[in-house]
Amino acid sequence: MADPIKFTIDGQEAQAQPGTLLINAAKQAGIAIPAFCYYDGLSLQAACRMCLVEVEKTPKLQVACTLPVAEGMVVHTDSATVKQARRGTLEFLLTNHPLDCPVCDKGGECELQDMVFRYGAGESRFRETKQHEEEKQWSPVVFYDAPRCILCYRCVRICGEGLGVNALGIGNRGSHAEIIPNKGDHLECDECGACIDICPVGALTSGTYRYKTRPWEMEHVGTICAHCSNGCKTTLGVRTGEIIRANNRDKSGINGEFLCVKGRYGFDFNQSPSRLTSPLLKTANGELRPVSWAVALATVAKRFSEFVAKGGRFGVIGSNHTTNEENYLLQKFTRQILKTSNIDHHRTGDLLGLLAALRGRKNTLATTADLSITKAALVIDADLSQEHPLLAYLLRTNNRLNKAKVWAVTPGPVREDSFATVKRAALGEEFKALDQLKDALAAEPELVILFGPSIKGPAVAKLVAFGDSLGIPVKYVCLLDYSNSRGASDMGLLPDLLPGYHNIADGGLSPGLNFDEMLSAPNLDALWVVGSNPLAKRPLASANAFIVVQDLFLTETAKRANVVLPASSAYEKNGTFTNVCGGLQKLTRAAKTMGAKSDLEIITLLAKEMRCEWVTPTVETVFQEIRRLVLGYDLPLAIVDTGGVATTTPATGELSFRASPELVRSSGNTLFTSGTMGKYSHMLNAVMEAPGALYRDPKEKSQETAPVEPAAKK
Amino acid sequence: MAIKYNDPHPLEVKVISQRFQMANSASIDTYLATEGYDGLKKAITMTPEAIIDTLKASNLRGRGGAGFPTGMKWSFVPRTTGKPTYIICNSDESEPGTCKDRLLMEKDPHQMIEGMVIAGFTIKSNKGYIFIRGEYRYLIDIVDKAIEEAYKKGFLGKNILGSGWDFDLYTHTGAGAYECGEESALLESLEGKRGIPRLKPPFPAVVGAFQSPTILNNCETFASVPVIFRKGAEWYSNLGIPKSGGTRLTCVSGHVNRPGVYEIPLGFPMMKLINEICGGIRNGKKLKAVIPGGSSSPVLKADECVDLTLDFDALAKAKTMAGSGGLVILDEDTDIVAVAMRTIQFYAHESCGWCIPCREGTTWLKKILVRFHEGGGVQSDIDLIGELAANMLGRTFCPLGDAAAMPIGAFVAKFRDEFEAKLKQSRATKKSPDLVVV
Repeated sequence: MADPIKFTIDGQEAQAQPGTLLINAAKQAGIAIPAFCYYDGLSLQAACRMCLVEVEKTPKLQVACTLPVAEGMVVHTDSATVKQARRGTLEFLLTNHPLDCPVCDKGGECELQDMVFRYGAGESRFRETKQHEEEKQWSPVVFYDAPRCILCYRCVRICGEGLGVNALGIGNRGSHAEIIPNKGDHLECDECGACIDICPVGALTSGTYRYKTRPWEMEHVGTICAHCSNGCKTTLGVRTGEIIRANNRDKSGINGEFLCVKGRYGFDFNQSPSRLTSPLLKTANGELRPVSWAVALATVAKRFSEFVAKGGRFGVIGSNHTTNEENYLLQKFTRQILKTSNIDHHRTGDLLGLLAALRGRKNTLATTADLSITKAALVIDADLSQEHPLLAYLLRTNNRLNKAKVWAVTPGPVREDSFATVKRAALGEEFKALDQLKDALAAEPELVILFGPSIKGPAVAKLVAFGDSLGIPVKYVCLLDYSNSRGASDMGLLPDLLPGYHNIADGGLSPGLNFDEMLSAPNLDALWVVGSNPLAKRPLASANAFIVVQDLFLTETAKRANVVLPASSAYEKNGTFTNVCGGLQKLTRAAKTMGAKSDLEIITLLAKEMRCEWVTPTVETVFQEIRRLVLGYDLPLAIVDTGGVATTTPATGELSFRASPELVRSSGNTLFTSGTMGKYSHMLNAVMEAPGALYRDPKEKSQETAPVEPAAKK
Repeated sequence: MAIKYNDPHPLEVKVISQRFQMANSASIDTYLATEGYDGLKKAITMTPEAIIDTLKASNLRGRGGAGFPTGMKWSFVPRTTGKPTYIICNSDESEPGTCKDRLLMEKDPHQMIEGMVIAGFTIKSNKGYIFIRGEYRYLIDIVDKAIEEAYKKGFLGKNILGSGWDFDLYTHTGAGAYECGEESALLESLEGKRGIPRLKPPFPAVVGAFQSPTILNNCETFASVPVIFRKGAEWYSNLGIPKSGGTRLTCVSGHVNRPGVYEIPLGFPMMKLINEICGGIRNGKKLKAVIPGGSSSPVLKADECVDLTLDFDALAKAKTMAGSGGLVILDEDTDIVAVAMRTIQFYAHESCGWCIPCREGTTWLKKILVRFHEGGGVQSDIDLIGELAANMLGRTFCPLGDAAAMPIGAFVAKFRDEFEAKLKQSRATKKSPDLVVV
């Protein structure tokens, strides 16, 4: 760090690093300079003229958002001239502002209201007719009200610079100037809604939220997004148990204010009319009929107990969406009560392969924060902005602000092409491309490699060997699909590894059947599916198995079940999720669906019903157990509790497991799909016409749907 | 009348307008027959430093409006960045009251081209653009033809005059925005973007067209360059006054007997221009006011003009500006409220909308002045107009806001009595909504 510059602001001595903009230097000194168009991390505009301050020895008022602080500078931010200038600017802004605050969505959290409240222009001298423009709908989720717009261009910049989408621009001029969507009268974009959230006024409003409530009528609950593996913090606006809005304007998470379309609008699956609200029991004629929880649990407990007693064969398929605590409890129940290791989950990336290849090396798994500071990153087989929007955003921002270098080795065009060094490589041909990039990569001081599902099995070890050959520090991210994919693996929803990747033999157990083997085994007595839909695309060989399904919806698998138990969603429970980069984050219950129970509660009730000698677990006690037993999860509670992020470091020593790369199947979700939840999100389906196709080879997708041959009987 | 519109006047000093009255004045043959491209032939034998020193010694100041010393501007251009460099001619002449670039391009385009080639040679640029106001469509053919002629004669293209240096020149039209006369907005427009000004610094000399070092001058400035090399810096400088060398095309419009474009040396007395060259106020009326440098310059009352000379410093001292050299002469019958209204209508129409004070201020002022002029004014309007202008002045992103605020502020400050009279008259005709409580 260079020597700090000394300056004086409002009579107080202050210091700042050379090059610091006055607006930020003032902030560091505890003095707020108001601004609309200035936004941290986005390009400078100097358009709103709210941040005018007096700098001694300069004839005119100076714009604090573009003026670097200089040695000996004497600044006044609250002189009569400055106050008058702020009043003047606000008075100008209000001339054509409709002042429809009583019905404006932004009322109560509007920066223009706050500024006028604080800096004046309480009376208007404007007696002319205001210019009116009709409100425009640009997409199912974005509405634009030109008269409210103060033209700070934040939306234009977050869309162009932040997201790389460039869907917004400016049209017309003078007082007719307005924001224009990329298709003239409508938007075709990521529909992420970042423009709406960043809007300081009510010019851009959200299709899901508009005219629904006043901001102060909501309770604001910070939790983690239920959709992809990136684990964005989302702040849910909840009114009488209903989620009305999701955003993260307080920037209180790993994602700052970033959210994609799923995080911001995809919460509505939670209140879908299709949610299961009562347990269902299959009657003799094969119909699913609502029954009470008591009946449903008793039925399951009775059959499970019978199978346990006769040493029957269970298959348990856990979830990528349930909390760590639930996953942990599920595997514990399976192994202790059902006395089997036939447990697995839908694996969406070869995480096990990576952990095995890294063999206990420290600091080789990249954290989410690493993506913001790394000097270089390499993306292999992933359309990041479609599949991992937060990771894409962080890399793009790192490239824009810090000139981080990015390489993309993908089979088709990706958005990163606009700033990355691109090598097109067909699936399976990645290493040819990598060899060509080797010298360039080796010249970097460090590298983060993010790889998608085509790097699996032996290719993972080969990739790590390639990383080693570069001779620079390399960290890895194994890209996974869902909100707790990483947690499902870490918590031991695996047939051959215990929580924390402990050797199964250490627990005195032997390996069980994996995902495909369970489905193809001809003689399962019971299949217990928690938050997963394995039978959507695959047949079940055991035709007579007793099937129990816990889910939010009547999925294809649930339709085949003997007992269906309605489960709570991630927005309806407490617990923790582990994101794709190992960040452990806390979920906070925001909503409730009558009739549904959390998977943790269901498992607990089942254990009780089966007369097991269990101390009734709670989220807290299970988490304590996880901290004790799962390597890397022993984190300071304060960090997890405050919604911060810490990084789990699973044991990366010798892993004793059967390599099963054939189990690694990405769902290929785009920005607009999210497995079962996505199907039930009205908003996600409403914007489906927007571009959302992956480059992914359709052949690979069809592989996923192809029926699997029954494995030879063990 | 003895002298017709735009005929040369004996008091003029014809330097850059010397060919305006010749037959085929725009053709290269005429140009070459009258020492055309001799300036380039001289300059091409000089070092860049010598060229810049010559320009500095000539005291040539930018003719676009700000009057920045041209030699100084050229000296700011870094020549060792490894980036390409560009020469841009600002022919986006849009300032109301100004019509000199139009004549320069119509009557004598080679002067401007020669000036640009000299600029190009100075910084070893290989490419230049002439940004011509969109409404001047007919001039494009004339300038394009001149460029073609210059290529044929080897003053453009490869290996110019055997120097081993190449220079290509293109015309580019604006899309009709006044704002694009502001140099950085012009560059944005040239690059195919929306014509809004850029944040400065960096200035175009360092980061100009296509992120590269750029010499950007007004058409008249470039047109004034060749003669400096042909006749010498001292000769040129001595035409004017100290610190403001040479001559300048002055566009006189309004209530004079002979409006037109006249070339006069810097420091020429204003009243002499009005009364002698322009033949005095028409119909024997008295002078009321002069807008001395395009519509954005603050108005001068008749008594302020008496001993005033037309040069950058004298006009700055009179708290107005020489601007683009467009004088609007207003006689005693002129309705100043109407002039103010018409002026702000222009700026409200031309504000690009980028920053709040200009976008909202010009529109609000326009609404007030239109209402006021139509007889709907109220007492508080007069102070309000002045206060709003003051709220814009010095607070906008680019000078367009100042250009709107300065004249409006001056109209109210200097002709308050006319506003009061208008109000009185409005009340008498009962148009004024006095019952409205403000």
